[in-house]
Amino acid sequence: MNIVFDLNTVSFVLVGLLFTGYAVLDGFDLGVGALHLFTKTDEQRRLMLNAIGPVWDGNEVWLVTGGGALFAAFPRVYATVFSGFYMAFMIFLFGLIFRAVAIEFRSKEPMKWWRNLWDISFSVSSIVSSFVLGVALGNIIRGIPLDADGEYIGTFWTLINPYAILVGITTVALFSMHGAIYVVMKTEGPLHEKIRGWVNKTIIFFIVCYISTTMITLIYIPHMIIYFREYPILFGIPFINMVAIANIPREIIHRNNFRAFLSSCAAMMALMTIFGIGIFPNLVHSLPLAENSLTIYNAASSPKTLSIILTIAVIGVPVVLAYTVSVYWIFRGKVKLDASSY
Amino acid sequence: MDALILSRIQFGLTIAFHYIFPPMSIGLSVLLVIMEGMYLKTKNEIYQQMTHFWVKIFGLIFALGVATGIVMEFEFGTNWATYSRYVGDVFGSALAAEGIFAFFMESGFLAILLFGWNRVKPGVHFLSTIFVSFGAHFSAVWIVVANSWQQTPAGHHVVGTGVYERAEIVDFWRMVFNPSSIDRLSHTLCGAWQAGAFLVLSVSAYYLLRKRHLDFARRSFKIALIIAAVSSILQLATGHYSAIVVEKHQPVKLAAFEAHYPASESAPYHLFGIVNEKEERVDYGIAIPGLLSFLLHFDADAPVTGLKAFPPDKRPPVAVVFQTYHFMVIIGTGLIALSWLGLFLWWRKKLLNYRWLLFVFVLSVLGPQLANQLGWFSAEIGRQPFIVYNLLRTSEGISKAVNANQVVTSLILFGIIYLLLLALFIYLMNEKIQHGPVDSDFVKEVQRA
Ligand code: HDD
Ligand code: HEM
Ligand code: HEM
Repeated sequence: MNIVFDLNTVSFVLVGLLFTGYAVLDGFDLGVGALHLFTKTDEQRRLMLNAIGPVWDGNEVWLVTGGGALFAAFPRVYATVFSGFYMAFMIFLFGLIFRAVAIEFRSKEPMKWWRNLWDISFSVSSIVSSFVLGVALGNIIRGIPLDADGEYIGTFWTLINPYAILVGITTVALFSMHGAIYVVMKTEGPLHEKIRGWVNKTIIFFIVCYISTTMITLIYIPHMIIYFREYPILFGIPFINMVAIANIPREIIHRNNFRAFLSSCAAMMALMTIFGIGIFPNLVHSLPLAENSLTIYNAASSPKTLSIILTIAVIGVPVVLAYTVSVYWIFRGKVKLDASSY
Repeated sequence: MDALILSRIQFGLTIAFHYIFPPMSIGLSVLLVIMEGMYLKTKNEIYQQMTHFWVKIFGLIFALGVATGIVMEFEFGTNWATYSRYVGDVFGSALAAEGIFAFFMESGFLAILLFGWNRVKPGVHFLSTIFVSFGAHFSAVWIVVANSWQQTPAGHHVVGTGVYERAEIVDFWRMVFNPSSIDRLSHTLCGAWQAGAFLVLSVSAYYLLRKRHLDFARRSFKIALIIAAVSSILQLATGHYSAIVVEKHQPVKLAAFEAHYPASESAPYHLFGIVNEKEERVDYGIAIPGLLSFLLHFDADAPVTGLKAFPPDKRPPVAVVFQTYHFMVIIGTGLIALSWLGLFLWWRKKLLNYRWLLFVFVLSVLGPQLANQLGWFSAEIGRQPFIVYNLLRTSEGISKAVNANQVVTSLILFGIIYLLLLALFIYLMNEKIQHGPVDSDFVKEVQRA
């Protein structure tokens, strides 16, 4: 099993990068949403929202762009996954709609019931979206039933299996951890101290989920580890992942909040890389008939289109990174509420 | 009802709902650039106040545009899987380009526009406003290119058979500049400028009628009036060019717009009418003989291909597109009349005496909104029964893995949620408008904070 860096592989990496960007960035604002209801006062909730205020929309664009790139590079995957996961995906979309409008609407009226309403929809939709995302990921890892044409032949209930649910919960845990660290980094005063106390709990929650998922994956989902067996050096990545996670509590204790956040980002990137290597060269593993899997070859667009996409990416991605870094730089430091805040 | 009809309704509903917001933000973004530019140039605080007020409105509109846009990005995959496999090679790159080039620019600079007042220098803030506007325009570019390719495919070839049949790009730039891209893009953008301008006109006219925030309202009104007048005229021109392109590349659609049945003869233009599809004629209409031929070919006797030249299974639903198309044109004409009358009276300094006219301006926000929707309905329903013109039928484009029950469920949920969002949107817009622009002390506080 040699890895060839052909056009298809590079496109796979590109799509993976975009989704990784999504997980790392939207991951923390979904996590902030998951924790939102645990804060009690209006001021604290406003701080939570304004911590992600200027960036959440940009974060979500990684998903949109990842979706676009998947459509362009691997249209058969885009078609199969989104039509196959129809109801699950609709729930995810409804979640994203409610999140977006809750952030915008909440601050528009002072009434307590109004704010509570949007607080609840913000939090619930964040949790639901993260969970569904994880369930989808879990199914991609485990495999879904495809026919010879690459069409999904399961039902909604096929997707609701214990493994996928476990990955769903793990995702919520991961995002909560990531979100908690982000809030610690962005706030000061009572809210800061409060959330600081939560970070360790979220880490423990995540590690428990993560270890169970890993064990089950190793035992029941052999196709995820083919490349790791072949190239033991790849075990370096899970190792980096663990070091990064272990580093978080250390940095938190030393109040190096920014470095804690970077560690958390690194851990998520490592996780996505593990996922990518695990499924490669498949994009959607077919279970039980593995020969029906959608791979980076049989699901891809023409070489011409792949090279167009890569050209677009080579021009676009550096610019995008520049915007992203500038926005985070301009809004660096602790959140302060002012008249333009939510 | 089967999954096909339901998916069509759902797609129509969700995109039409999405399309309430982008035109307003594209149009409003232009006005924001002008207002903020005037502030930087004149340092007159009223312009700062105007910018602040319209930025708040912009933020609200934008949020709904984003919330509803995400749905669109994935609905090709969820409901139109076969179509997605077919067009992905051609169409996906445009969508990916939209994300990379437009949405990132828009969302990044939007953060500075909304929250960056006291974080960056005024010049940088102004630059961000300009970039948000660019970004908004770019989003329209790529998506309209993709849609235009579906209307007038070019730069591709068809390969494979059965489920592997699909269109592949052979010439990227011919795909981008397919025969209808430029005309449809310019027409769509003019429609967006109208949507933004008439929104500002409507709110300002309301203040003028109520004698509130007079200085603010007068200045907003004036800027918007100029943009409205110019873009309304341009809209007529670009629409006219679109019609010529449609006749050349989708003759059956143009014939349906005009319910022109005879296989080939000089065509009249109907001011209005009711199509009798059974008898293949227009009842109760007023027609100007030869006008359509004249508009298309500068010759009242030039023959125009009619519906009879096409087999019935290649014709779109004539009665519907006839009405949507004609209403769009009627509204377009009305908007030209209204904006130029307004401009004339403004110039004569008499406008404020005509309260009824101000009242019409208050309602005018609905004009571009309706015309934009009607325009897309004409263009898209006029393309039926094809999802990609002459290449793929809509009935073949659907997702096989999705059944009618699932689509009913999602459709009902979309219906409820979107109704709720629309009600909240109108309620909050009204709140903001009633609350009015804040006085400059508040603006100063924002600056200082
Ligand atoms: C890039 C693609 C694209 C873009 C920019 C638009 N559409 Fe569209 N539209 C489609 C791609 C599409 C489609 C996927 O191709 C559909 C689905 C079914 C069909 O025949 O075409 C469609 C169908 C469709 C229908 C149903 C037609 C029918 O089934 O008879 C309506 C009413 C609209 N659209 C309206 C709009 C509006 C109001 C738009 C304004 C933003 C719009 N479309 C932009
Ligand atoms: C089916 C077609 C369409 C798809 C898939 C689509 C997709 C999207 C997505 C994903 C977003 C959110 C981006 C973000 O998160 O920042 C969005 C917003 C936006 N879209 Fe669409 N869109 C479609 C049609 C259109 C059309 C026809 C136009 C304009 C002519 C348009 C203009 C915009 C603009 C300007 C925004 C920014 C939000 C706003 O200004 O309201 N879109 N769209
Ligand atoms: C004034 C006279 C007008 C004429 C002659 C005209 C003509 C046309 C034509 C021929 C099309 C079909 C293009 C196609 O199917 O490819 C079209 C579509 C459209 N029109 Fe108009 N139009 C006019 C006014 C307006 C106005 C006032 C608006 C909105 C403010 C508007 C918005 C649209 C939109 C959004 C579309 C769909 C996009 C497109 O296909 O370009 N139109 N128009």
